[in-house]
This record gives sequence, C-alpha cells and structure tokens, in this order.
Amino acid sequence: MGADIAFWIFAVIAVIAALGVVAQRNLFRAALLLVLSFFAVAGIYGSLSADFMAVAQVLVYMGAISVLIIFGVMLTKDVQRGNSFNRAWPSALVVCAALMGLLVFVFIDTDWNTDMVQTGATIAEDKPTTSAIADAIFDKDAGFLLPLEIGAALILAAVIGAIALVKDK
Amino acid sequence: MEVELTHYLVLSGILFAIGLFGALTKQNVIGILMCIEIMLNAANIAVVAFSRYLVPDTVLLTGHVFALFVIVVAAAEAAVGLAIVITLYRNRATVDAEEMDSMKG
Repeated sequence: MGADIAFWIFAVIAVIAALGVVAQRNLFRAALLLVLSFFAVAGIYGSLSADFMAVAQVLVYMGAISVLIIFGVMLTKDVQRGNSFNRAWPSALVVCAALMGLLVFVFIDTDWNTDMVQTGATIAEDKPTTSAIADAIFDKDAGFLLPLEIGAALILAAVIGAIALVKDK
Repeated sequence: MEVELTHYLVLSGILFAIGLFGALTKQNVIGILMCIEIMLNAANIAVVAFSRYLVPDTVLLTGHVFALFVIVVAAAEAAVGLAIVITLYRNRATVDAEEMDSMKG
C-alpha cells in the first residue's frame, strides 16, 4: 500500500518534471528540473524494491550526469532563452502523441501473464538486491562478465575521447 | 487501485514520448541531450518493472543488470556528447542544432 502511494507521487513528479524540461525556456531551470525527474525515477526504483538501482540512479544520474549537463549549460551561452523549439514542433507533437497513445494502448491491452508467477507471496517478500545483482553479473556460467569488461573499456574510451576532444590543439 | 506492471509501463511510455518530443524539437544541443537522458530513464523503468513483475525471483535479476549497463552507456554518452558540444561551441560559437549544418549536401 505504501509502495502504491509512493509510485503515484513519484510518477506525477517524474512526468511533470519531464514536461518542464521540455517546456522550460531557461536552460538552467530545465537542467534543475531534469535533476528532479532523475530523483523521481530513483523513487520509482524504490517502489519497485530495486534498492541498488535507486542508489545507482542517485549516484550516477543525480550526482554525475546532472553535474556534467550543468557544466555544459554554464560553458555555453544563451542560457536565458536558449531552449526554444524548432519549426517542426507541431508535426513532432502529433507524431509523439500518436506514439504515446500506441504505447499506452499496447501496454494496457497486452496480457502480461503475471498470474503465471505467483504474485503476492513472492513479491511481498522484499530482499536486498545488491548481492543478487553481483551474483547475476559474476556468475561463471550465465553471468555478464564479458559485457562488464566491455563496459569498462567503453567508459575508459569515453573518458579518453572526451579529454582528446576538449584539449587545446 | 493496486499498482501493477501496467502502471509502470504506462509511466515509461509517457516519459519516453515526452523525451522523444523534446529530442526532436529542441534547438539547443544540450536540451537534446537532456531529453535523451529522459528517454533512457523511461526505458530503464520498463526493464526494472519487467524484472520485478515477470521474473520476481530475487536470484534472477537480469533486468537490473541490463538497466545497470544502460546507466553505464548513458554516462559514457553524456561525457562524450558534452565534450563534442563544447568543442563545437568553441569552434562555431553556437549550440543551436540548426546552425550545425556544415555536413549538409
């Protein structure tokens, strides 16, 4: 019950903040609303009892990516009204509204077969997920060790690439 | 009303559509990057919700692992994307996506 209330609160915050990011003319305010949206998504993870994902969301998105984006806003000009729409926005609005309607229709209309797994008993019993995620990643047979290593190499390449891009010639 | 998988998926779809609209219509490149982050967040919500409601066994957390990899890729994307934006701003003195047309035929 408490998780349901939390879901509704965080869902409303997330949607309103995302709308604000799109509609806000001031780019800096849009960045702050984006941080609010990240926070609400972390709360959504909490209501899904995904504790490690919530913490990772707060650390990586709210801590790191938002700081990067705010740096980017500060280092470029036109902060006050630099977030306007281009000429194609009416047709884009139609396309995105149609896509949203289609997605919502499909999500509601599909029988997700949640009765197959015994809901209630299994879901109500919430355990910490951190060690289970570690087991899932580092499992010898069905783990994700190679993707993990590729992810590490990707981060390293991204850091080196970012440094190489912005350094003075 | 009991919150089910459908609620999370509908939230994910709404956030994705909002992010897509912003990414298609924003003139500022940093605004486009912000909207892409919203879209990635929406996809992550769907993945974690599937993991909870369709595979509620706490031993099988493949959805969480996928969402973590999405976060890793999003972090790399934000770092490189903002480096490209800052380099473009230094060379062209603009962050307007419509003025970045030097590769137009």
